[in-house]
Amino acid sequence: MNPSTAKTWDEFMEGVWRQNPTFVMILGMCPTLAVTVSVVNALSMGVSTALVLIASCGLVSMMRNVTPKEVRIAVYIVIIATFVTVVDYAIQAISLALYDALGAFIQLIVVNCIILGRAEAHAAKNPPLPAMINAAGMGLGFTIGLLSLGVVREILGAGTLFGVSLFGANFQPWVIMVLPPGGFFVLGAWLLFFSWLERRKLRRRQGSHAEATQNA
Amino acid sequence: MHESAFQIFVNALLANNFVLAMFLGLCPFLGVSGKLDTAFPMGVATTFVMLVASLCAYGLNLLLSAFHLEFLRLISYIVIIASSVQLVEMVLKRYSPTLFRALGIYLPLITTNCAVLGVALFQTAREYDFIQSVTFSVGGGAGFTLALVLMASVRERLQLSNVPDLAQGTALSLMLAGILSLSFMGFAGLGG
Repeated sequence: MNPSTAKTWDEFMEGVWRQNPTFVMILGMCPTLAVTVSVVNALSMGVSTALVLIASCGLVSMMRNVTPKEVRIAVYIVIIATFVTVVDYAIQAISLALYDALGAFIQLIVVNCIILGRAEAHAAKNPPLPAMINAAGMGLGFTIGLLSLGVVREILGAGTLFGVSLFGANFQPWVIMVLPPGGFFVLGAWLLFFSWLERRKLRRRQGSHAEATQNA
Repeated sequence: MHESAFQIFVNALLANNFVLAMFLGLCPFLGVSGKLDTAFPMGVATTFVMLVASLCAYGLNLLLSAFHLEFLRLISYIVIIASSVQLVEMVLKRYSPTLFRALGIYLPLITTNCAVLGVALFQTAREYDFIQSVTFSVGGGAGFTLALVLMASVRERLQLSNVPDLAQGTALSLMLAGILSLSFMGFAGLGG
């Protein structure tokens, strides 16, 4: 891999793993918890957010030299709102059932802090292509976050995955998981899991370090 | 279906609490709920912005419908909210500089609070009339304040207790929010 490809890859992976918007930065919580009652909802929400993110980061980056500093936030918000309106009408045209399931949360993508945060922190300082690559990584990271919640909540709360029944007729669904409290509990559990992983990695590194000094 | 103003208020306050049942405004809910002293003013300021935004959104929606410009709804709502936050900022700065400094960065961030935009969008989607819109926004704001205050009180008490290291921080807040949300489910059906 040559250096420029490596840098692009790094730019992309930042959002997917190291700076994952859901699990590391804890941003965009409202849609994360509200729409993840099923995998299909979670996936479509993730994809629409990612599309808005990529498009608005591209435009913000193209306009970064002509945007006056004082009104930049207002400009970003209007750009984002424009793309959200486009996505909103597109989903309405593609599937009305999906549109009803996601409800007001498609329009609420406007106030998703991930998008404004990326526009301000990355797109406003970088040329269009890297900004869009970074935005695509963030969008993918957000989609992964939504999916990991959606999968757990749908399996436990309804006994299905993508609407296909998993356990047969005798399964008694754990209904609380698709109700609001379940969202909080599942996300809390994922965060616990990640902090446990982090801690284990740290302890291993310290362990091997101690061993090395003993042998010396 | 015609809902009375009282039903709308109770629904928005308890049964369909904005934070704990509808997942709106979670960022300030997790961010500002560390201390009771800032949680309450934050709730009141947000409620006020919600009320102003709801009034403006109601008028604006009439105007947009008259000219058949519904596709501009989202963009104009967000501009209205940003300006009303600016208004609240100026009023606070003029009449209560102490509170203005205490709230700091969280004041301009009300613009990106999805509870505020949520009020404007829901009242349009449900076709509320003027009185209904006002009670909806005040009830929603009061519910937001209630959730914020409850959460802040619990978190203040938890500072003194012995929590496992692993669960410190956001994971703990989310578990707490889950338990609060579980207890708010007991209000289901109250608003009729």
